[in-house]
Parts: sequence; C-alpha cells; structure tokens
Amino acid sequence: MTLQITDLRVYYRTLAGDVRALDGVTFGLADGEIMGLAGESGCGKSTLGNSLVRIDGRMKYVAGTVTLDGATLPISDNDQMDEFRFTEVSIIPQYAMSAMNPTRKIGRMVGDLLESRGVKFGDMRGELERRLDLVGLGADVLDRYPIELSGGMKQRMVMVLSTLMNPSLLIADEITSALDVTSQRAVAETLVEFRERGFVKAMIVITHDVSILYQIADTLTIMYAGKLAEKAPTRVITDEPRHPYTRLLVSSLPEVGVRFEDRRLTGIPGTPPSLLGPPSGCRFRERCPLAFAKCAQEPPFVEIGPDHSVACWKAD
Amino acid sequence: MTDPLAGGRPLTSETVPQATVAPGAGASAPSAPAARPARQPSETVSRRREVIHFALRGRKILVGAGVLLVLLVIAVAGPFLRPGDPNAFVGPLGAPPSAEYWFGTTTFGQDVFAQFASGLTATFLVGLTGGGIAAFIGMTVGFVAGYRGGVVDDVLNMITNVILVIPTLALLLVVTAYLSARGLFVEAIFIGLTSWPWAARAIRAQTFSLKTREFVDLARISGASSWRVIFREIAPNMSSYLFLTFILLFGGSILIAASLDFIGLGPTEGTSLGLMMYNAVAWSALQLGMWWWFIPPGIGITAIVGALYVMNVGLDEIFNPRLRES
Amino acid sequence: MRRYFGRKLTIYLLTFFVAATIDWLIPRFMPGNPVQTLLSRSQVPPEAVPSMIAYYNNLFGLDQPFVMQYLHFWGALLHGDLGRSVYLSGAPVSGVIMDAVPYTLALLVPAILLSWWAGNKFGALAARRAVLDNAVLPIGYILTATPYMWLAIVVAWVFGIVFGIFPISGGYSYALEPSLSWTFVSSLLSHWIMPFASLFLVMFGGWAIGMRNMIIYELDADYSRYLKALGAPSGLIRRYAFRNAMLPQITGLALQLGVIVAGALVTEIVFSYPGLGKLLLAAVQNEDYFLLQGIFLFVIVGVLVANFLVDIAYVVVDPRTRVGMRGETA
Repeated sequence: MTLQITDLRVYYRTLAGDVRALDGVTFGLADGEIMGLAGESGCGKSTLGNSLVRIDGRMKYVAGTVTLDGATLPISDNDQMDEFRFTEVSIIPQYAMSAMNPTRKIGRMVGDLLESRGVKFGDMRGELERRLDLVGLGADVLDRYPIELSGGMKQRMVMVLSTLMNPSLLIADEITSALDVTSQRAVAETLVEFRERGFVKAMIVITHDVSILYQIADTLTIMYAGKLAEKAPTRVITDEPRHPYTRLLVSSLPEVGVRFEDRRLTGIPGTPPSLLGPPSGCRFRERCPLAFAKCAQEPPFVEIGPDHSVACWKAD
Repeated sequence: MTDPLAGGRPLTSETVPQATVAPGAGASAPSAPAARPARQPSETVSRRREVIHFALRGRKILVGAGVLLVLLVIAVAGPFLRPGDPNAFVGPLGAPPSAEYWFGTTTFGQDVFAQFASGLTATFLVGLTGGGIAAFIGMTVGFVAGYRGGVVDDVLNMITNVILVIPTLALLLVVTAYLSARGLFVEAIFIGLTSWPWAARAIRAQTFSLKTREFVDLARISGASSWRVIFREIAPNMSSYLFLTFILLFGGSILIAASLDFIGLGPTEGTSLGLMMYNAVAWSALQLGMWWWFIPPGIGITAIVGALYVMNVGLDEIFNPRLRES
Repeated sequence: MRRYFGRKLTIYLLTFFVAATIDWLIPRFMPGNPVQTLLSRSQVPPEAVPSMIAYYNNLFGLDQPFVMQYLHFWGALLHGDLGRSVYLSGAPVSGVIMDAVPYTLALLVPAILLSWWAGNKFGALAARRAVLDNAVLPIGYILTATPYMWLAIVVAWVFGIVFGIFPISGGYSYALEPSLSWTFVSSLLSHWIMPFASLFLVMFGGWAIGMRNMIIYELDADYSRYLKALGAPSGLIRRYAFRNAMLPQITGLALQLGVIVAGALVTEIVFSYPGLGKLLLAAVQNEDYFLLQGIFLFVIVGVLVANFLVDIAYVVVDPRTRVGMRGETA
C-alpha cells in the first residue's frame, strides 16, 4: 500500500478567524512503514491524523489531496469517506478510554458496529477473540461494560476494535499519553505486532513523547507550527538531525546514564507562533539559533538524502 | 413551575445529573448549567474578556436582558405613573382596558395596571431575596461538602437529599399556613430556605472536580485555610457556573412564590402577580370574560422567568461552546 | 443494586420521618394552646367547640409529656388516622383525601407519562432537524417558563369560555350522578381534558428542551465521535445517544415530581376540579389546619412512592446499576 499526501491544508474555524493548523503538508508512506509524528502541542500533528479519518466540528478542509493505494481519499466529503472508514483507514483515538458507549456491553457495541457496516458479528467473532487473546484480554471482556475495565484494558480493546477490519492505514493518536511506562511499552509493542501480523499495513503514530517512537517507528516526522520540519528514518533523526528544531528537540531529551551535573537539559526557549495569522517565511525563525536573512522566505520541504527531507535553508 | 430538566447531565462524572445538572425541587430552568472542566487561573483573565465580549453580543442574552429591563422599568415607574395604594378602589367596576386604565379594572374597581406594576416589584424582590438566600445556602453547603468530603460530606448529603425530595410547595404550605401575618420577605426567606438543595448538589459536584486540580493543592500546601482556598481558588473558577445557578434560583423562586400566592398563602398585605390571579379566579373573572385581569399577571411571570431561562441558555452557550449552534 | 435501593429507601424513610415531624412540630411552635388557636380561627359553630377541644386535646395528648404526644402522633399516623377536618364538620381527613385522590391521579399520571414520552421524542427530533429546532426551542422555553396556574387559566378561558367547547369546573356535570353510563363517562372526560392538557403542555416544554440539550451533548460525546470515526451510520449513533440521554431525563423526572404535583394542585384550583388541589384551597381558606396537614403528609408519601418507582425505572434502563456499579450517584 502507499499513502501519498500532497499539500494538505486543514484549518480550524474560530470566531476570530481561521487557525491554520495544518498548512501545506506533503509526504508519503510506504507499505509496512510505521511513521512517528512528533512535535509540540499545537503543531498540527493531531489535526493531520484526524483529518485523514474525519473532518468535522470546527475543522475545515481547505486544499490538498490524499491518495491511498492510488485511490483518492474523499476526506472533504464525510458521507463518501464512510466507505473507507474502519475498513481502509482507521484510528485509535486520543480519548480511547472513553471511546466506548458506557451503557452498552462491549460485545453488543462491537456487534452493533459491525452489523451497521454490513459485517455479520458471528463471522468476525472468532477472529475478534483471537485478537483479544493476542493483546492479553479474555473473551469475557465482551460481556462487560466499559466501566468494569481498567484504563489499560479499555485502551487495548479499542486497539483491537479499530484494527479489526485490517485497515490499510492506522492512525494512533496519542495512545500512550495516559498510560504508565510499562503499559506504554506494552502498547507500543502491540502496535508493532499488529504490523508484523499484517493486521495493519502502515501506521502513523502521533505523540509528543519522542522516546516511544525511537522504539517502534521506522521513520520520524517532526512538525512545527502546521508545517513539516523534517522527515527521515528514525536512526537518522536521532543521530544526524538536520533541522535546527529537530536538533534542539533531540538534545532536550534526557539520555540514560547522563547525569544532570554532566550535561544540562536544554529546553527550547520561546513559544510557537500563533497559527491565527502565522508569520511569513520560516515559522521557526523566531526561536532558531541559526536563523539568517534568507529565513524570511519559507524554505521548501526538500529531499536532502535517501528518504530524508528537511525544510530549512541551512540543511545542507 | 418546572425544574431544571437537564438534571441528569453529569457535572463531571457525577450526576447532579449530568451534565448535569441539578434540577431540584423548586428551582426551574430548562437546563442547569452544563458541566465544564475548570480552567487554569492564568487563562481566566483573558477568558473573562472573551466572555464579556460575547455576552454583550449574544442574541439570547440581549433579548432576555431586554425583556427584564422593560419589566423592571414598569415596576419601578409604576408608583409614579399610578401613585397610591394599588389595592384602592378607584375606578369603574370591571371595566376593560381604556386610555385611563391601561389594564382595565377589577370587579371592585381596582386599577389592574397599578396592581401589575406593584406585583412586578414584589416578584423581582421575591426572586432576588429568595434566590439569593437559596444561592447562599446552596453555595455554602455545596462548597463545604465538596471540599471537605468525608463525614461532613455524608451528613450534608443526607440533609440535602431529604430536603430535595420533599416537595417545596408542600413544605411551604404547612410552614406558612400557621403564620397569621405574612410578609413578602418572610415568604422569600422561606422559599430560600427550601429551594437550595439542587444548587448545593451541583456546586458540590463541581467543587469535587476542581478540588483535585493542582492550583488547589498548591494553595493548600501554602497553608491557606479551607475557606481561603474555597473563596480564592475554587469559587472564582466556577464563577460562571455560580452565576448561572443564581439565575435559575431567581426564576425558581418567582414561580414558587406565584404558586404560594395563588393558593392564598402569599403575603397578607400588598399585592403580587400570583395574588392577582388568585383574586381573578376567585371572583369569576374567567366566566365574566375579564381577561385583562388574569392575562397580564401571567404574562408578567412568564416573561420574567422566560427571559431568565433564555439568558441562562445564552450565557451557558458562551461558557460551554458545545451547546452553541456552529 | 441492593446498595442502591438500600440507600434510596433510607433517604425516603428519613424524609418521611422528617416531614412528619415537621408537620407535628409546627403547630407546637405557636404561642398558646395550639388547639385553642386552631379552633378559634376556624368556623366551627360555638356549640361544637367544647367537644372539638376535648377531642383534639385527646388526640394531641396535650396533657401528656412531649415524647408521649409524639409517639401518640405516630401511632395515629400508622393507623391511617390523619385527624378530623374542621371545615367539613368533623369528617375524617383521610377519608376526605381519599375521595379526592383519584381525580388528582387521573390528571397526574397520564400527564406525566404522556408529556415525558412526547417531550423526549420531540426533543430528540429537534436535536436533529434545525428547522424543527428553531420552532421547538422558543415554544419549549415559553411553555416551561409558564406558571402552571396561568396556563390553566388561559386554556380554561380560551377553550372553555371563548370557544365554549369544554366545561371549566367540576369533575363531572353537576346535573349527573356517578354511574357507569356513557353520559357520565363522557362528562368525566370532558371535564378532565382541559386540566390534563394544561398540565401536559407545561411539562412537555420542559422535557423537550431537556432532551434536546441532552441529545446534543451525547452526540458530541467521545463514544459518538469514535463511532463516527469508524464510519458508523448516523442511525446507530442517534440510537445510542437517545438511550443515553434518557437516563438523566429519568433522574430529572424524579427531581421534578414535587414541582409537578404542585402544578397539578394549582391547576385543579383553576378548574375547580375535585382533586387535592381544590381541597387544599378550601383548607387554606377555612383555616382547616388538620386537613392541610393531612394533605401535606399525603403529598409527601405520594411523592416518595413516585420517586421510588422512578428509581426502579432507572435501574431497569441503566444496565450499569445491575452490574453492581453505581450508574447514577445520588
């Protein structure tokens, strides 16, 4: 499978104007690729992930195309997208803990959902139970109400449900944020397992916690202020980051074994620009230690190495 | 009289109802203020500005406030336009509206408009006093129960539940019936003393959710006493909620008072809108077709309470964008 | 579930206890001899006074210590003895009340059930269709802001006087005797329809608005968003939202009961409908405190029972309560 996103722009309608949360994003995803999508709060990563599944509420599709396996995804048309949801494109949402109807037994909810999508629950039951077993949940969980499950269990249930129809593309939106470290690891490993077993072809894993991505992602994409900053294989991002933001991000992470006296953690001073009326030119200009005159022009997101793209004039 | 109906709306996860709401016996409102997550104090200042900005522009709020203003003006201007005792016998018996008597006269020749204006004043006062007292008690009980938790909470909860279940009017019946002389404020006080439970529940639930926020912990650690924490940290973050609750209590008090007056247990002196209707029905205004006697008082109450509800919804939409039509 | 009902029953019993105690206490706060005070304000013919005093002294046990009086009160209460009506020349209060109850119930029960059902349906519809919403919303707010007695007056005047379709007083035509004939039944119905409609309308407005808001809230909840993200058709989502929105509406019903009953009482007064409301008015006007207290206690018991029934309904509808989880916190 291949995913190709071209110049995707999705804004948020607010009474003060349009917030340009996603402002021209272009990249591709190959078959079997787990791509980590990281960045500060408000950089647009959640918007990107969610717009591939459902554009609603205050979101507004402005421009761009998304093709999945050669077919255009009609993300701007909610009715047409229904056909692709769950079967081709699926999401493990940020709110997985509260994603299930509290007054319905889980099994019945799954049954209702499947039947409404034209799939007989009975047909899927066997596979469903196998997958539940895979993530460490017993089949009895289907007879429970969500309130009877722990947070981790609910998370795993949602993971199984979202991938039940073997979607080509899975968006995992901040799925580890609410978990403790051990659970985080288990969840991360489960994601990889899903790929290995062919339940999912490719994944976009959205998080602000880069350390998880180091473990499981093949490629990392760093976003800043609605635009892509850098995309490269994980090792490359960690060892040879080119974009100044990526470099600051990487160096601001604590390294195991290094003590505070030896090397101080540096944050990145400043805050991202407002996306209500974003500045022209490179959006990282204000906080970038390498900024120079040319940065007043927006740098294009260009490939500077094998599978390595950066948006910075100083990248080579 | 109706109670806030969104009683089931969970305030946070608890049901005062849920979002809930806490409709309670006596209070009236289509929907109690929706639950919303509290904000960090730093956001509060700019939020306040934003809120005021939209509050002044929201159509519902403007319409509601406008209606209230008109009625308030009538109430205040009444004594000047029609000086003297509203219950005095001044005009022709049972006359329909005319240039001289805008709302006509009663069977006994009393000026209906004068009664109406005076009744409006009484209504506003009862709402303010009754609602105010109920709000005060509700806040006290709600804050203490929500903040302290434990045994205090259990006891207060039990008290709240007991008073909640007792129908307010029934309780007021027995209490006021024994008083030979009843004043407006006595009526308001009694209403206030009996209609606070739903507000207490709502505030308690909201306090619960705020209690666990970091800034409250900080205040506590820095040695602030409970009351200081409640007043300085918790209450300001619930200010919109408290205001909406007061609006609902205000409206509720008015409706309860109207019912009390209508049964004949209202103030023994003066006049009120409920009393007007009582008299109208008692003296067969219906059969005699004296619509000018019984229509205005009802419109007055409906207008005030309706305006309050609409304002409540308008304000709620601002504070809780979910209910807004996009 | 046992815990849930246990808690509810405790509260209800406690409430009844408190209410009855208040009922008993209040006349004792009056200065002087309560019986004298009560009787002196009533319109009992002077010859009857001494025997009434004797009766009530005995009833109240005023010569006995406080505690004994209190126990005596409870004894009488549990025997269903609510005292004797002064205004109705000594008829037993409980009997008088029971004569009036069927009429009040005949208004209340259908009005509550129908308005709740219809209001919820309308509210749910309004949440979906903007056109309907724009009509339902203002009408609903006005209806729910309308005091019960005033709507009753307006309904009575418009349909009873102006159009003359229905009679506006009594439970049935004064010319008829109760019988099982169609004439009598139709007379009953024609006297019933307006007070019923008036009650229905006010409540309907409230439920419709409440449900509309609840549905909007539920449609925006996380589980709805998730289903939408997985491509579920709107029918399924609406179904879930409706069922979940019903729960707080049931709770709301329980909380509203006191207000609804009060509304029924004043509505009856407008229509001179021979239910508890009319009795209440008579009690107040004649300063018949025993009747008043009897009505009070009766209303309390009725509301408590109704609350309990609603609690049962809630358990049936919310499956979480059956699992032993507290689906609804009190």
